[in-house]
Parts: sequence; C-alpha cells; structure tokens
Amino acid sequence: MLAREWFQDQLRNIAPFATLLVLVILFSLSSSSFATLDNLANILQQISVTGIIAAGLTFVILCAEIDLGVASVANVAGILVAWLTMQDPSVHIANFPMAGPIAILLAILLAGGLGLVTAFGLTIIGIPSFIMTLAMLQIGSGIGAMLVRGQIAYNVPDLVGVLGNGSIGPIPWIIIVAAVILLAAHITLTYTRFGRYVYMVGGNREAAEYSGINVRLILASVMVISAVCSGIAGMLGVAHFGSAQQDEFDTYLLDSISAVVVGGTSLFGGQGGIGNTIVGLLVLGVLNNGLDHVRIDSFLKILIRGIILLLALIINVYAQRVRSRQAKA
Amino acid sequence: MPQESLPLLELCGISKSFGGVAALTDVDFTLQRGEVHGLVGENGAGKSTLMKIIAGVHAHYDGTMRLAGDPVRFRSARDARDAGIGMVHQELSIVPNLSVAENVLLGVQPTNWMGLVDWRAMMRIAAEQLHELGIDIDPRTRVGSLPLGLQQMVELARVLFSGARIIILDEPTSALSPPEVERLFALLRRVRDSGRSIVFISHFLDDVLRVSDTITIFRNGRRIETAANSGIDKGWIIERMIGSGHEELQESYTGEIALGSPAEAKVVMRTQSISSPGAFQDVSLEICAGEVLGIYGFMGSGQLELARALFGKISLSAGQLFIDGVATVLHSTAQARRNGLAFVPESRRSMLFAQEPVYRNVSISILDRISWFWVKPTRERAIAELQINRLQIRPPLPDRKLATLSGGNQQKVALAKWLTHLPKVLLLSEPTRGMDVGAKDDVLQIVKSLRSQGIGVVVVSTEPETVLALADRILVMKRGRISQEFRNETVSKDRLLAAA
Repeated sequence: MLAREWFQDQLRNIAPFATLLVLVILFSLSSSSFATLDNLANILQQISVTGIIAAGLTFVILCAEIDLGVASVANVAGILVAWLTMQDPSVHIANFPMAGPIAILLAILLAGGLGLVTAFGLTIIGIPSFIMTLAMLQIGSGIGAMLVRGQIAYNVPDLVGVLGNGSIGPIPWIIIVAAVILLAAHITLTYTRFGRYVYMVGGNREAAEYSGINVRLILASVMVISAVCSGIAGMLGVAHFGSAQQDEFDTYLLDSISAVVVGGTSLFGGQGGIGNTIVGLLVLGVLNNGLDHVRIDSFLKILIRGIILLLALIINVYAQRVRSRQAKA
Repeated sequence: MPQESLPLLELCGISKSFGGVAALTDVDFTLQRGEVHGLVGENGAGKSTLMKIIAGVHAHYDGTMRLAGDPVRFRSARDARDAGIGMVHQELSIVPNLSVAENVLLGVQPTNWMGLVDWRAMMRIAAEQLHELGIDIDPRTRVGSLPLGLQQMVELARVLFSGARIIILDEPTSALSPPEVERLFALLRRVRDSGRSIVFISHFLDDVLRVSDTITIFRNGRRIETAANSGIDKGWIIERMIGSGHEELQESYTGEIALGSPAEAKVVMRTQSISSPGAFQDVSLEICAGEVLGIYGFMGSGQLELARALFGKISLSAGQLFIDGVATVLHSTAQARRNGLAFVPESRRSMLFAQEPVYRNVSISILDRISWFWVKPTRERAIAELQINRLQIRPPLPDRKLATLSGGNQQKVALAKWLTHLPKVLLLSEPTRGMDVGAKDDVLQIVKSLRSQGIGVVVVSTEPETVLALADRILVMKRGRISQEFRNETVSKDRLLAAA
C-alpha cells in the first residue's frame, strides 16, 4: 500500500493522537505544574466518569446511532441509588432506604430499563435514535426530579462510596473502574462475535441484514449497554462529587459525545473503537486540565473546546469522504 | 443528415481506469448531428463509463474530446450540461412529489417581477413543450402518479428543455411495456429530426436495431466495431459483443434453450398465494432441491421484492410460506438464514462491507457456527482461503480490504459467504448485473455446481439472457403476478419477453 493511501486510511486514528501530543507538549512547555505525576492522576480522575459513559456510547456511535440520554440516565441512576440509601435527617427527601447491594442493583436495573425503552422505540416502533433518546433525556430528568424534588442527597451505599471516592494506595478506585470498563468494552468490540456484529451493522446495515444478522437485536443491545454504562457512571459520579441532585450531569452529554468523536470514531458507523475513545478522552481531559494550568480566561476555555470539537468533526467527515472515494474506485 | 461536415461529438483515444482496473482502453467514438447512435455491449464493457465521461461525471481520463470541432474537457456534470449534454439515467431523477410542469422546468422556473415563481407561465411553457414533443399529459399532474413510461418522458422533456443537443439515454426501454416503447421511439425520431443527437444504450438488441441509425459495439473496455444500421442483425451484433468461446451465453441470446426436465426432486420451499401490497400478488411457487428456478420480469414487475420476501426482508400480507413442508412465518432475515435460506441482493453495495477485509465478508453469515462468543480470525481466514481458491477470487488474499477488489471478484465474495455451510435455498437477485463476460461465465459455473450439490437456486433477473442461461424452469412475472411458467420445453428470449 502506498504511504499516502495508508495515511488517508489511518487519518482518523492519526489526527486525534497528533492532537493529543501537540496539546501535551504545548501545556508542558507553558506550565511547570502540568507535566507532573500528580497532575496525570488528576486528569485521569477528571475523565473517569466521562470515560465510563463514553465506553457505552462508543457501541452506539459505531452502529451509526446516537444516545442523547446518557447524562440524564447517569443522573437518574445516581439519584436513585442515593434515594434508596438512608439520608441524614436534615435532607428532606421522602426516601426509601434499602441494603446497599439492592440499591445498587435497582439503580442499574432502572438504567437498563430506560435503555430497553430506548431500544424498543428504536427497533420496534422505528423512531430515529436522535429523537427517541431526546425523549429519554426528558424522561430520565423527569424521574430524577420526582425523586429528589429539588433537594440534595449526600449518602450513597458503601460500595459506591468506595469505588467513586476511595483509593487503593495512591490510585483512586474510580480510575480503575473506568479502566476496567473501557478494557471490557474494547475486548467485547474486538474479540467477540457480538463486537464483530456491531462493526458490521455500523459499516453497512443493509449488508448486515442481508447476511442474516439480527440487526434489531444488535441495535437494541447497544442502547442497553450505553444506558447501563451511564447508570454505573452516574452512581460513581454521585459518590465522586459527594452529592446527588438534579441536572448535575448535564455537561457529561456533550463531553462523552465529544470524547468519542474527537477520538476519531466515525459518526457514520463501523470505524473506530475504544482505543479511539480513550485518545479522545485524553484530548479533552488534557485540554480542560491544561487550560487551568496556563491561567486562561475561563470563558475562552469554552470557545476553545468548541473549536477543537469542530476540527474533530471536520476530520471525521473528511476521513469518511476519503474512504468512500476509495470504496468507489 | 449532418448539415456541417464536422461531427457533433468526437472522442479520440479515451482510456480510463479505476484503481488499476482498466474500464476503457483507447476508445474512439463519433456522434454525428441528427443521429440515433445505439451503444451495445455486455455489462462492464465500458458503455456507461464512456457516457459518464461525456456527461462530465468522470473528469479524469486520457484522450481528447471535441464538441463541434472544439476541444472540451468537462470538469463536472454541470459543465457538460451547460455545453448541451443531457443524460437520462435508468434510475430517473425526477421529483415524484412535484407536478409535471415543475419537473420539466426544474431549476429554470419562470419568475414574475417580484422574483416569485410565475405559475401560470410555468404551466403554459410546460404544456407547449410537452405538446411539441407529442406528449399529452396535464402539466399539473403529480409526476409520481404517472406510469413509469410517462415519468421517463417527463424527464426527457426536462433534459430537452434545458437545451441539450446531445441526449444520452441509459437503458430507457428496460422498464417499459411494448406500447410505451413505441411511443418513446416515435418521440426519439422527432427529437432526431429536429437535428439533435441521441445516444441510446441498451441491451435490448431488438430495440437498438429498430431505433438506431448507427450502432457501436463494446467489449471489455474496447470499441469493437461501429457500423451503419443496414444489413446487420442480432446475430452479427452478439458475435461481436460476446466474442468467441462463450457458447452457452451466446446461445442464451439467440437460440432456443431446451429447459431441463429434472427428476422428481424434493420440494424444499413452497409458497401459497403470497402477496405483499404494492409489490406482488397471489404468487404460488415451488422450489426443488437441485434445480435452478429462474424468475424473469421487466423492472418493477415485483420479482425483486418477491426474492426479498422469500428471505424475510419484506413481510407478507397474505399467503403462506413452507420450508421443507413446514409452514413458516419469517420475521427477520436472521430467521430466514437459520432456516437454511440465503440471499444475494442485486447491488453489491448492499451486501458487502467495503471497509472490511475479505475474510470478514466471507465469514459474516457463518460466524455463529464457528464462534459462540469469541471470534476466531485464524479459522475465518482458513475458511476464506478455501473459498478464495474455490471461486478463484483475485487477488487471493483474505486480509485485503474488500473495496480494493474488482466488481466481479466482489460479486464472488458475496456468493462465497453462503458457500461454507450450504443453504437449502439460495436466492440470487440479478447475479450477473454489472459483470463482464468472463465473470458472468464464472457465475454460471458456480451456480451450476451448486445445483449439482442439491441446492435449490432461485435466480431473479430483469436480464432474460441470465435467466435463460441458468434456469431449469422459468417463471415470468408481470405486474406483480406470475404470468407464465416454462418447463420441459424450448424457450427463446422472444417468448420470455412476450410473456412479460
């Protein structure tokens, strides 16, 4: 294969990695506090919750679908697990305390259940995922709002507390959980039959169907996987932030979609993977963290993030066009 | 007859290749003023590539093009259109939800002083234009509600109205009934007599012989011959189209084919008055083990949808389906596959994963047999290699990205994915579309070997030659119904066409 062809082929993998390198070098040069081991732990911790959500979202985007409900599902799962835990009397929530493991199980079931509803709407009724998950975003927020009623809950089951906020030695548990989930997602996508089907359905849905793959089952599965990942992220996030309240995960929707797309996974499906998502997470993490170190106007930060996302989208679409041109020739 | 001595369009030494595969080699082509120029050749012979160069779709090619003596090089379809070259594709590009008038004047709507569309003028101009062409339809009619033949004429009217001097028609008669063909030909003659030139691409040789003044024959990317349409006949054309050494194919074009009379074989699949609204009605058929059932019909006769319905892609509104004698309702293609059915759709794009390596394309439909949870790439590669050798897929590399293979080889990959665990019934939709003669021959041989292994093969096609070359028994479909069955007899292309 010619060098140019190889480059075009790998463009979606090379570009995010190059972006990451450039950012790391830039911030290391302009701030002495950036390139430290402590700060690396900081960055990893900051991207852990997003990472867990993005792991599930990668499955969805690989199938050329989208899940706009991830942050909302995360939020409601976090709220539910707190609602099912004994709260301090000062918290005025009519909650329903249960044993920790049961609370965790129920929160995961709620997230999975919401994923099933999305899956039903998408595959049986035939509502496009963009609209369907927009509705689920509202429904998730609605359930969360009904549970906390404007209050803030603080207590979570012990296990959630440890995984979300504890450390084993110097390493925060939440980084380990995120790493394990990302690794499991990677193995699933790369080495299992289900993972292969995800890529095939995303690469050419019609061809998958004509090959006798149960496309609807695959689509339903990825929506449930995404919701369950969001649910786990939500519970750990609540422990990590120290409170459960409404709208606390709002920024995670854009962050997780950005991470997947910036990493180079194709919005058109079938190309990319967890490796890309991890690079995307690091790009966003380094960018957010690094901008704090160089003392920049905090309002400018938002604009810079927007520009980076736009550049990633341009590369994403361009890489797709190069590939489809190759396919035609 | 030409008024000036210079030809209207002259192409010299045109070559074009796609990813190293030559599509055209050193082709000369001349189009005179006021002629209908028939273009014939097998699929993949280079006709469409040449026309796409003329119409500005392919901007990169070797060779020169002269329009009325002036050298031109079109960079886009728009360039070509501005120079007076219009193309009517097989898949029409009309807007079905707009009126006839809006379609005819698409992009050039008359406006009033406020810059708004002047509807009255539009209707008037469109009516005049249509009348001039001898097409009697109300310009206010919604195009989508017209029969296909008239839709095509609306598109033709649009191309003419846009000022085209050269009109390229790609397979204009394949979807038309005989009276519609008559009307189209009358229209083409009027257009020709007004001094414009027409390129008529078709593999309906009778149509080409009836309407063309000049005929050019292509084979394997080369122009074989150009001749005035006098004293030549179908046999003469076919000889040049196919070349020597393909007797079976040649026979399917000209001769009477004796259909086989298979021994009493087991019925593997049977339908009883199945219907699908808007596609086909009341279809009852049987597929036996070890036979090739051909289903032929014009485009839009419902046979393509029938094949999809047999594979569970389209649901049935009425009737019953029996697989091995057991009544079955197919809810999904996955279920159809588990029941031993296999399907290869007509378009390569809708059955292959262009970005994936060959071996994954081959293994996709048997993945659940070789792996329960973990994928086994080594095993998949071994299986792919087996099929690559068996079907002589080139290049013989299982890790090659599918998109880099030639069309014929891609088609073989599409077949290969069903050949590792043999299905009971293999449904092939347009199996030879877009193939050159050699690849067509290969497919013929593959299908025959499958039949001898006891598979029931269904070949659905709008190309009569394909059905004739392959089938032991032929069903002809017309407007969604089976109109005739041919078995134990000799049949020719003419009789097939007459039944459709």
